[in-house]
Amino acid sequence: MIDEKLLQSIPHIGEIAHRGAFSGVPEKNAETFQNRSREKNKILPSLEDAIRAAGLQDGMTISFHHHFRGGDHVVNKVVGTLAKMGFRNLTLAASSLAAVHAPLIEHIKNGVITHIETSGLRGELAEQISRGLMDCPVVFRSHGGRAAAIRSGELHIDVAFLGAPSCDPYGNANGYSREEGGTLACGSMGYARTDAKYADKVVILTNRLVQYPNAPWAIPEYDVDYIVAEEDIGDPKGIMSGATRYTKNPKELLIAQTAASVIDAAGYLYDGFSMQMGSGGASLATARFIRQMMLDKSIRCRFALGGITGQITAMHEEGLIDRVLDVQSFDLDAAHSLKHNRFHHQIGATYYASFLSAAAVDQLDFVVLSALEIDTNFNVNVLTGSDGVIRGAIGGHPDTAAGASLSVVVAPLTRGRIPCVIDKVNTVVTPGEVVDVVVTDQGVAVNPRRPEVAERLRKAGIRVYTIEQLKQKAEALVGIPDPIRYRDRIVGVVMYRNNTVIDVVRQIDES
Amino acid sequence: MELKHTAVAGTMESSDIMVTIEPQTGGGIQLELTSSVMQQFGRQIESVIRETLRGLGVENAAVSAVDKGALDCTVRARVSAAALRAADQKAYPWEVRQ
Repeated sequence: MIDEKLLQSIPHIGEIAHRGAFSGVPEKNAETFQNRSREKNKILPSLEDAIRAAGLQDGMTISFHHHFRGGDHVVNKVVGTLAKMGFRNLTLAASSLAAVHAPLIEHIKNGVITHIETSGLRGELAEQISRGLMDCPVVFRSHGGRAAAIRSGELHIDVAFLGAPSCDPYGNANGYSREEGGTLACGSMGYARTDAKYADKVVILTNRLVQYPNAPWAIPEYDVDYIVAEEDIGDPKGIMSGATRYTKNPKELLIAQTAASVIDAAGYLYDGFSMQMGSGGASLATARFIRQMMLDKSIRCRFALGGITGQITAMHEEGLIDRVLDVQSFDLDAAHSLKHNRFHHQIGATYYASFLSAAAVDQLDFVVLSALEIDTNFNVNVLTGSDGVIRGAIGGHPDTAAGASLSVVVAPLTRGRIPCVIDKVNTVVTPGEVVDVVVTDQGVAVNPRRPEVAERLRKAGIRVYTIEQLKQKAEALVGIPDPIRYRDRIVGVVMYRNNTVIDVVRQIDES
Repeated sequence: MELKHTAVAGTMESSDIMVTIEPQTGGGIQLELTSSVMQQFGRQIESVIRETLRGLGVENAAVSAVDKGALDCTVRARVSAAALRAADQKAYPWEVRQ
């Protein structure tokens, strides 16, 4: 065939081929597909084996996804195993953490985990971190910011441990399965896709090994190194419940109705619009009023994005929404729709919200987002509670607020005695520059950066207050709160979606 | 106003305050306050309780208040009700807002 002399005589060979001349094929594999699946695959007998095979060492970074939400058993199981194996000084980079991850406290105290990156923290772990549990501040990133940081190398993942409700012997993994049977489902595994693509080594933990090919897959086999079969990777009850219920709270319904009117008056409810709804009570309820307006106007939505709920998929099945882009399924109805509806697509975090490339959030007409606090500069806090303790998650808040042509932040004017519109938020998560309208049960305020929106609302008969007026209304009701007392020590660093530092969270002062 | 026995007003519901008042022979007002919004409003709730008791002429009492984020008007109403009950007073001097 081709000898070295002939190879070198080919014009421009240096630019055409770099691997020399053909030198024969290795032995052909002649066994049956079924035998090969059983005998030559990526399945290892135990989690310990996978950890050793992945070459994990002290000081490295491990990652997890949060698609199992409060039902997650993977983080605690893996970190517990790492502790027993004697690992130390690890960075835990999760797409988010929940109250169920309180056992991490012990592993932090024992030096197994010395740094955390996450979208949010809740429960006892959040309480302890707010009281100074960790020496190195926790890094909080938005979903888009995390995807960008992983791709750019700012957040390098050595080993990703990803739970999957279905996986085949080669690593095609998904949050559900088209095979018969199986009880566990989380729907979309959008956030895990980023980890799988960029981590040096990827371990899939699955409770359900199915035959190759596990199509469709969230994670393709070429991104997966090892597979471990674990009976228990999560509690279905904690992962998701039947359907996210519509709120019956009259305050939330009033806010939702107003928000829908604001979107319509601002000119973003037209045939072919795009939208995202946050998961809070009032933002979810907005979908109900949007739906009625769509029926009245005989218009359709081109696509709905984001964390997807049963409300959105019901509108999809009704023919009101053409396409659904799903980075995270919030309830079983959404997961069911992802499995059965051909225009309900699973997307990854980069596609959803990364600022490094064109992302789906950039195509949003509007987004409806919840808030814990909003200040008179329109800055929004969704991370720390009114007592200064971490109790939330950034999620896609800044990503969608920045991307959407109209970002609508909904909140009650007061929660109990706590005012939600105040002079200065405890923690800036989403900067006022990208927040367009604030809707409360006691009035609407429009960011002065958007005078044309304010004008359209007035023309439609919606009374527009200044944000200072809303703040004064809240103060008239509840009084002026004393400021939260913090110590100097910084326990958390908040990143904006472009991974610049936008704020810090300090240790609370209980003395 | 002379307190005769221990009395309670209010509930443990959200946005309410439960106030227990016990007569004391001296020592002024001994206040034990817990609140779900202690950091932000503890100071303010305490001053409203003390002011209300002063207005009713209660000088010595052990007061325990469990606050769940009540507004000032609620705090005043619950403290007044507890004090009047403790004094067995049925005639409440209603204010008329002009």
